[in-house]
Amino acid sequence: MEKTALYNFHKNSGAKFVPFAGYEMPIQYKDGIVKEHINTRQSAGFFDVSHMGQFFVSGGRSTELSLEKIIPLDFKEIQMNQSKYSFLINDEGGVIDDLIITRVENGFNIILNAACKDNDIKEIAKCLNSESKYELRKDLSLIALQGPKSESILESIIKGVKELKFMNGNYFEFQEKKIYITRSGYTGEDGFEISVPNSIVENLIKLLTDKDAKPIGLGARDTLRLEAGLCLYGHELNQEINPIQADLKWAISKKRRETGGFKGWENIKKDLQNGVSKIRIGIKPAGKIIAREGTKIYSQSGEEIGVITSGTYGPSVNSPVAMGYIKSKFSEINNKILIEVRGKKHEAKVSKLPFYKKSYVK
Amino acid sequence: MSEKKYSKKHEWIMLDGESATVGISKHATEMLGDIVFVELPEKGKSLSKEEKAAVVESTKAASDVYTPVSGEIVETNQPIVDDPSNVNKDPENNGWFFKIKIKDKSELNSLMSQPDYEKFVKDNPN
Repeated sequence: MEKTALYNFHKNSGAKFVPFAGYEMPIQYKDGIVKEHINTRQSAGFFDVSHMGQFFVSGGRSTELSLEKIIPLDFKEIQMNQSKYSFLINDEGGVIDDLIITRVENGFNIILNAACKDNDIKEIAKCLNSESKYELRKDLSLIALQGPKSESILESIIKGVKELKFMNGNYFEFQEKKIYITRSGYTGEDGFEISVPNSIVENLIKLLTDKDAKPIGLGARDTLRLEAGLCLYGHELNQEINPIQADLKWAISKKRRETGGFKGWENIKKDLQNGVSKIRIGIKPAGKIIAREGTKIYSQSGEEIGVITSGTYGPSVNSPVAMGYIKSKFSEINNKILIEVRGKKHEAKVSKLPFYKKSYVK
Repeated sequence: MSEKKYSKKHEWIMLDGESATVGISKHATEMLGDIVFVELPEKGKSLSKEEKAAVVESTKAASDVYTPVSGEIVETNQPIVDDPSNVNKDPENNGWFFKIKIKDKSELNSLMSQPDYEKFVKDNPN
């Protein structure tokens, strides 16, 4: 089992650990998931996401064209220091991984899911030509600082970060090292992702905790992203689901939706033209019943029409929330459906996503 | 009121005349984390020792709660259904789950005393 550079910090902060994608990661600290969740929404929390892959690809225009075969973005349109959410696509149009890619000096920084990163790198490498160079940056930690107080806290430590716009990044100086910070995150809150050398990450954490930012575990990360209607790979996304079914059409650049030229294009083109047979939706169970992953969805007349892929209690909306896939003709917002929990069918309805909405700094 | 006893599945039970109050131990709530959903048995339901009686869900997962003795459910604690965080706040008093009319008091003999339970938890941390 691997450990991140912050393992001892987590341990000393009372973390409960779980194995996650080959790493020993904190699922929660002493406060517990609900308090950690609320603290992130109301103040600021930080997550150690160093298990995720920080993958750097360098090269010129030919490298961009190679990446375009497997990532459905229009690379010409990505400005210097701009970040984009997208995917690695397989030959059938399924999602190999979802990712954030940022244009930096001499190339691109790609943030990959921990459980997928080794396979992702093989898939990317297959597309690249000899001109491209790539490297998985194991010397760097990644810290996500999230919540309404993130800006004032980080600005007091690293001057200038408040100028960053959402989904943009830049280099900053921290303790005589050049570090890269983006304004982004995966909680539905304003925030930053800070890429910092392992050797000084504890120093950054010390400064964050001095400013009253609290450590947040994977448990609250899951409830936060689910309230924000964001997909988690392995749940809402996998190799058998394409971005159109996942209702993430927007993460394929407009030009690429018209001209294709990437893996799986034939299937994606068909789904763009004819519509999809199943689609990702938000689900709000009536009452307090919690519908977990694998819960079957039925129509009012009893036909099995889908399955839940993530479900929990949402502390900020103070009700259960879920996402899943359903036959498209039942996917209209507010449509009444039934969910089967412990052998009994319960009322639920199709809900708009996100369940919880906050405005980002534009 | 008699002595509080504990099961290996982390329920507590306290006898009061012919019926007993059942809940989950403080240790159990610490393992579960924040409880966000509780489902209680229906009044009048008859259950056998160690049968599933209730369900608790934390933000992470669902768990079953078993009855440590056989009997008939005579009362349930609605305030923990309305606000499941009441279980975390006071698991071994106000956070009780149900009252059961005991069929066979000798079933209580196989349960643990508080010191024995504390030792059991120490020896079986998960």
